[in-house]
Amino acid sequence: MFTAGAESLLHQARDIRDEELKKFCSRVVNLLQKDELGPDAVDALQRLFLIVSATKYKRKLEDTCVHLLQATLCSPKCPEQLQLLCASILREMSPRDNLSLSCDHIQSTRQLSLVASVLLAQGDPKGEVRSVGQRVFRILESRQPEGPSPRHLLPVVSKITHLAPHTLHEDQTNQLSKRLVDWLRYASVQQGVAHTSGGFFSTPRARQPGPVTEVDGAVATDFFTVLSTGQHFTEDQWLNVQAFSMLRAWLLHSDPEGPSTPDADDRSELEGSTLSVLSAGSTAGHLLPPRERLREKAFEYCQRLVEQSTRRALRKGDSDLQKACLVEAVLVLDVICRQDPSFLYRTLSCLKALHARLCGDPARVRTLLPIAQFFLNHGETAAVDSEAILRHLLTRTPSEFFHSPMLAFELTCFCRDNLPLFGRNLDILKRSFPNLFKLLAWNSPPLTAEFVALLPSLVDADTAVEVLHALLDLPCLTAALDLQLRLSPATSERPLWDPSLKIPSCLEASRDPQFQGLLQYLLRATASGTTERSGPLHRLLQPLASCARVVQCAQAVPTLLEAFFSAVTQFADGALTKQLALLLLERSDSLFQVPQYEAPVHRVLSSRFLALCALHPSLVVELAKELLEFVGSVSGIQGRGAMLASVVWAIGEYLSVSWDRRCTVEQINRFFEALEAVLFEVTQSRPSAALPRCPPQVVTVLMTTLTKLASRSQDLIPRVSLFLSKMRTPAQSPAPSSTSCEEDAGAVRTRAAELLTLLKMPSVAQFVLTPSTEVSEPRYHRDANTALPLALRTVSRLVEKETGLLPG
Amino acid sequence: MVHAFLIHNLRAPQAQDTGLCRVLYSCVFGAENSPDDPRPHGAERDRLLRKEQILAVARQVESMCQLQQQASGRTSVDLQLQSSDEPVPLHEAPHGAFRLAAGDPFQEPRTVVWLGVLSLGFALVLDAHENLLLAESTLRLLARLLLDHLRLLTPSTNLLLRADRIEGILARFLPHGQLLFLNDQFVQGLEKELSASWPR
Repeated sequence: MFTAGAESLLHQARDIRDEELKKFCSRVVNLLQKDELGPDAVDALQRLFLIVSATKYKRKLEDTCVHLLQATLCSPKCPEQLQLLCASILREMSPRDNLSLSCDHIQSTRQLSLVASVLLAQGDPKGEVRSVGQRVFRILESRQPEGPSPRHLLPVVSKITHLAPHTLHEDQTNQLSKRLVDWLRYASVQQGVAHTSGGFFSTPRARQPGPVTEVDGAVATDFFTVLSTGQHFTEDQWLNVQAFSMLRAWLLHSDPEGPSTPDADDRSELEGSTLSVLSAGSTAGHLLPPRERLREKAFEYCQRLVEQSTRRALRKGDSDLQKACLVEAVLVLDVICRQDPSFLYRTLSCLKALHARLCGDPARVRTLLPIAQFFLNHGETAAVDSEAILRHLLTRTPSEFFHSPMLAFELTCFCRDNLPLFGRNLDILKRSFPNLFKLLAWNSPPLTAEFVALLPSLVDADTAVEVLHALLDLPCLTAALDLQLRLSPATSERPLWDPSLKIPSCLEASRDPQFQGLLQYLLRATASGTTERSGPLHRLLQPLASCARVVQCAQAVPTLLEAFFSAVTQFADGALTKQLALLLLERSDSLFQVPQYEAPVHRVLSSRFLALCALHPSLVVELAKELLEFVGSVSGIQGRGAMLASVVWAIGEYLSVSWDRRCTVEQINRFFEALEAVLFEVTQSRPSAALPRCPPQVVTVLMTTLTKLASRSQDLIPRVSLFLSKMRTPAQSPAPSSTSCEEDAGAVRTRAAELLTLLKMPSVAQFVLTPSTEVSEPRYHRDANTALPLALRTVSRLVEKETGLLPG
Repeated sequence: MVHAFLIHNLRAPQAQDTGLCRVLYSCVFGAENSPDDPRPHGAERDRLLRKEQILAVARQVESMCQLQQQASGRTSVDLQLQSSDEPVPLHEAPHGAFRLAAGDPFQEPRTVVWLGVLSLGFALVLDAHENLLLAESTLRLLARLLLDHLRLLTPSTNLLLRADRIEGILARFLPHGQLLFLNDQFVQGLEKELSASWPR
């Protein structure tokens, strides 16, 4: 518990000054030098640990103190509690330059393990990892029956193979592989004896322990595994557990290159040919080299685990362990088959049966993932079609289990990590995007980053439009899933939805068949190729819009939209770009009304609309009718200021003959009239509570665009000039209420003046406002005859000279 | 393999402005190999980096837990102690997993599995492709052991000065970051060993 007392303790530990620390260190030294190390020493070391670990900056401990800690750690008669504390303090201070710890003379394996934990935390500047490894292997090779138990050493070995696999020699690896075989396959099947200390009432002859049992209580039918239970365990049974726990990492280490070993040619022949004949049985096991023998025994172990997992465990903990063992067994089988494809035939039949059994078990749905992974890895080699398995995984699982955070995470990572392996099956993944979006909609915080990476592969020319609609409706999907959960019978004790939010109107309205159709569409499992208007659904689900989960999902959408557009612009052609641009215009005013959702989405949509137009400039002319409608329909400008600004800017930029030959003067005039009407409306209407002041950016963009259009169709110049001169004088608006209003008005007036000046020289205006495509060439700016700055300087000098002669 | 185990405080979702996210205990198993950086690495700098990496993980876990609590409509009341007699229902405790991209904050991509119990967050930092079912059950086991053996439910105790017990539990149930396949009976056996090794 983190109470105020704990907070103050932490503060004290962090704020302790150097002199106090020095005194405390000498106290620790005194306590540790005594013969009897009592609770005072323990208490002091606990405090020392807190002092060292509470701050991320270095703590200067006296050298004598550190040396004494090291000595205490290595001393054979020190109690375990103190050893643990010394090790933890030394480890907390790591990495440390002047550590003089060595594991060479330590006899107890438990102590050696503790010292190793300190040494391995140094980051290996002096080859500590190698020296620890050598010492550990020397002990392992000694094989004394009463000697130190290897139980504490196996995790150290596992860590070393992870940190520095090159420090182990081949013969050491082989030696350990042989011992692993013994521990895995030949552990005792009798239960261990209880370690009873003597005592007055203890019987001199302990009852003979019986055989180990399976998790369902039956007597064990075959060799000992991690799923075998008993009252007490023997040492080799402990080693069995350790050996299996490190098995996968060890197999990967002992054969890192996989099949590309000297006899790879033989193996590659095996891959293509009939596997059944060549790999029928495991014969003459003892004649195999250690690596191959380990694989064989590991294979038998995994098969036994698969068989043991069919039993009904009596305890919940064991039932959870069965699932973890299934996953591990399949992962180990995957490694074995990668290293030696001759195991494939036996494994495939086993896994197919396993998959069939697991499909109907909802409690074990997470174990389907490694099986699917196996078939993706080996499907090609074994000429087995992984399509059915993938289809089941992607079309059924997400709809039923989207609410489980761990499954959603694992399934998303599975899709993302295996993208290169999908091959022909990538189509199934693409078509299942609605199902995958359910995982994202329900669990958006941890999965957003994964989906940003996954999106480019889900989007292609066929699905792009549907995906964009789905992304914009993602918060609506969250609400729909919530509704679906409330309507379906409860599957767990605690409700999966937010019980503090009550929505009787939604539940009532959802019985309407029209809404049911729309809901079913939103909750579809695969891409349908069509789109439905989701507007009515937004109204139905409105009560859920303020639900925390929906809001979290809404916050993720802008990022996903950016990822979508980055992907789409890689391959979109003219037709698709046109469809997407239209979609942006349509959807900008029909979004699910989640608090603070609209503004960020509008920002993305407006900037992406401009980007689409930049890619295909003729878009403006092609969509002229729709754009006119859009501009004309803007009445409540406050919600769509960003979209309007970018649409108007696009019109100004690209509605010209230089971008598309089909642009006509009539079109320019029509746009001009529409925009003029909008500008009139926004500037003449008085700001009130219902209609807040129009952002000055929108006003200036409108003015600039009108000027641009006028420069192309010069009959319009007088109208624009008149309008602009009206804008220059302060409008009949009420007194500005803040300096920002004054600044805004000032900016508008300045822009109006600039544009007016520009229009006085129509050909210059055309040159400035409708530059030819050569503007992007550097030569255009360096050539003294065509450079724009030069032209502008000339013009302004001319204008200044004539200012006195012109009115206004 | 587990790269690190940490315990930190979990603040209620509404109380984000008060106090800081504090790492109460952390243990890094082994060390990340230093990148090929031509500049000489100070040991101090490496340690600073390690501590900051752990703090970054703790902050992310806290925010994930708060978001999950908000989304499921559970208020901070659930995070407080109901009664010290009730066993804490760990299977219903908020939990989840997320990925850390390479370089942010660890050199290699890692996966974090987390569990929120009362006002403490427990997290395991794993390699990218690990057996998450095993990691999850190991994390629950560690949380249960720590709650039971450190008697964290009684209001007056805290885990700041109990490093020896935490280390003892980790040394048996997560030695050097090795996830172990322990069935119930093995767990009981190890717990007995654990209790026997403590003097009181």
